[in-house]
Amino acid sequence: MSTLSAVEEHNDHHDHKPKGMMRWILTTNHKDIGTMYLIFSFVMFLIGGAMAMVIRAELYQPGLQIVEPNFFNQMTTVHGLIMVFGAVMPAFTGLANWLIPMMIGAPDMALPRMNNWSFWILPMAFAILLSSLFMEGGGPNFGWTFYAPLSTTYAPDSTALFVFSVHIMGISSILGAINVVVTIINMRAPGMSYMKMPLFVWTWLITAFLLIAVMPVLAATVTMVLTDKYFGTSFFAAAGGGDPVLFQHIFWFFGHPEVYIMILPSFGIISAIVPAFSRKKLFGYSSMVYATASIALLSFVVWAHHMFTTGMPVAAELFFMYCTMLISVPTGVKVFNWVATMWRGSLTFETPMLFAIAFIVLFTIGGFSGLMLAITPADFQYHDTYFVVAHFHYVLVTGAIFSIMAAAYYWLPKWTGNMYNESLGKLHFWASLISVNVLFFPMHFLGLAGMPRRVPDYALQFADFNQLVSIGGFAFGLSQLIFLVVVVKCARGGEKAPAKPWEGAEGLEWDMPSPAPYHSHTTPPVIK
Amino acid sequence: MMKDDDVDITPTQGEKLKSKNTVLMAKLFSAIVLMFGFGYALVPLYDVLCEVTGINGRLVNDNREASTAVDKERVVRLQFTTSVAPGMPWKFKPKVNYVDVHPGENTVVYFKAKNLSNLAITGQAVPSVSPGIASLYLNKTECFCFQQQILKSGESVDMGLVFFISTEIPKDIRTLTLSYTLFNMNQPVSKTASNLQAAL
Repeated sequence: MSTLSAVEEHNDHHDHKPKGMMRWILTTNHKDIGTMYLIFSFVMFLIGGAMAMVIRAELYQPGLQIVEPNFFNQMTTVHGLIMVFGAVMPAFTGLANWLIPMMIGAPDMALPRMNNWSFWILPMAFAILLSSLFMEGGGPNFGWTFYAPLSTTYAPDSTALFVFSVHIMGISSILGAINVVVTIINMRAPGMSYMKMPLFVWTWLITAFLLIAVMPVLAATVTMVLTDKYFGTSFFAAAGGGDPVLFQHIFWFFGHPEVYIMILPSFGIISAIVPAFSRKKLFGYSSMVYATASIALLSFVVWAHHMFTTGMPVAAELFFMYCTMLISVPTGVKVFNWVATMWRGSLTFETPMLFAIAFIVLFTIGGFSGLMLAITPADFQYHDTYFVVAHFHYVLVTGAIFSIMAAAYYWLPKWTGNMYNESLGKLHFWASLISVNVLFFPMHFLGLAGMPRRVPDYALQFADFNQLVSIGGFAFGLSQLIFLVVVVKCARGGEKAPAKPWEGAEGLEWDMPSPAPYHSHTTPPVIK
Repeated sequence: MMKDDDVDITPTQGEKLKSKNTVLMAKLFSAIVLMFGFGYALVPLYDVLCEVTGINGRLVNDNREASTAVDKERVVRLQFTTSVAPGMPWKFKPKVNYVDVHPGENTVVYFKAKNLSNLAITGQAVPSVSPGIASLYLNKTECFCFQQQILKSGESVDMGLVFFISTEIPKDIRTLTLSYTLFNMNQPVSKTASNLQAAL
């Protein structure tokens, strides 16, 4: 009780906040919540990364040496779940919390109490998920896609914990998305019209609508898995009139928009950073907005390209193949716009720009391997091989994660008020860039040569490439510790950052001092 | 907090914004409830779609009128595979692994089933055809799968299937696979019984 009254008393004064833990537990400030999301996401990134290290250590040599196959399967499953729902999505929500109110001239998010909740249920969800690893029979071992009947008939006893943790993660994402939509629609400063919003805000608005549309479908899917496993329903059991292929349709109806949820905010980040370091306006702003919207709409009609081998009729395979290929048109518009933005710009290559350029190149490689996978007859060979693993790691690691790194370096001076150490940042970039390609590029060849994914052991002819991939993996894992050092050093001190540390940067957030004051835009800014 | 940030906005404006936010939030929440329902609605939608188009191979025509026209020009191979569902202690095998037939030709094949347990068990075979689209052209005039089978302990039986493949089957389908899975119809009851015994 006394703490509560203390909070209220403190809030009467402008820049005072409760001290210690209670500040973080009770906070409704978008900057605090953004910081917590970002720290949480980085912790999850390290935990999920440690699991990837277990996977790569086991695959360093053929044969079984370090872990048992069932534990290996738990590692691949939980690595995927943590990276998707624990690292990438919370990082974007954290960036949204920090940046959207500052970018649109709002004093805070529209629904601050809900904001507090949507963050604080997230650690609970992952505590449940991680604790299931220690249960008798082990944690989830059916892959992050939890195909039935692997997640029903053959699933471990802890599956209920998996289901509940996914429910909570989903609720957290949904609350975050509602908050973003309400903030962007209702809280823009006078004069901030939709077509004046920075692209990060645009891409997040569209992402939030995607979240609202598909996270409930994920919730429905896991609920069906729960009742199939524990309460005798037969949504996915042929014995009771259900169909396991139905699971894949429902899951991928969520799953495909989900992969765009993890990349659209990246497009927004890159669209902020590339113009800043090219000292030019973004080329083709409105085409960027329409391209983002088209990608989001198309994401609802391509889901079955994940299931070409389930025996669909040829007409359906062709439909999903052409729709998938169609997505490369708006994506190409974006890539060409970024390149055109750099064209004849006066470029400098600070760490955020290096990550942004690496994003453009490597994400495009991931896009091309995606196009290869979209070709139905070719997919019959590539399906469930390491080629798929290479593809989605190129779009998620060198795509989503690289853009998050770029964003962190770009806005760190605004968040902390200090400049980060540029040479350490560059070291982090080059170490990451080289190791990530050693890690993921040979996977293409492994997949084309026929190495299946999700196996703890493999045929001897894959040994050399796997060893190389593992070495790249360990190097990439270690490189991320440099990032930790850079961020901690920057938060603790360093050269004081000016209000606008990047010469070409544009946007309302650069008009306020660094670090950004605890309460910003208390009077609506004037929009030029 | 919110109260704090509104200092420079007049109270009426602040309240207006708050109610605007609440209205939009409520709309978005109803969208979420709707999409959760849509997730469940996909189940019957999928069944209807599959039934209409026959694309998941579950639809096997039990057209009980024998065929009259035979297309001697073509030969189509029909392969048979069988399996028993978990908890079904029967042996279940086709007598021949495949037959080559002309479209429109009435053909009889037999499947052998044997109850390996010491209980009388009722079985039900559920068919599936691959490629899925071919299920539209496989017509059964008589089939053991039309009824349930009851076998006493150790009893075995030859079960007949009379079928013909429609003459309209597309030219690119040369091989079909008909798969039967045999389910134990006593199982839910026996499961309850064993659970009860365990509880007692």
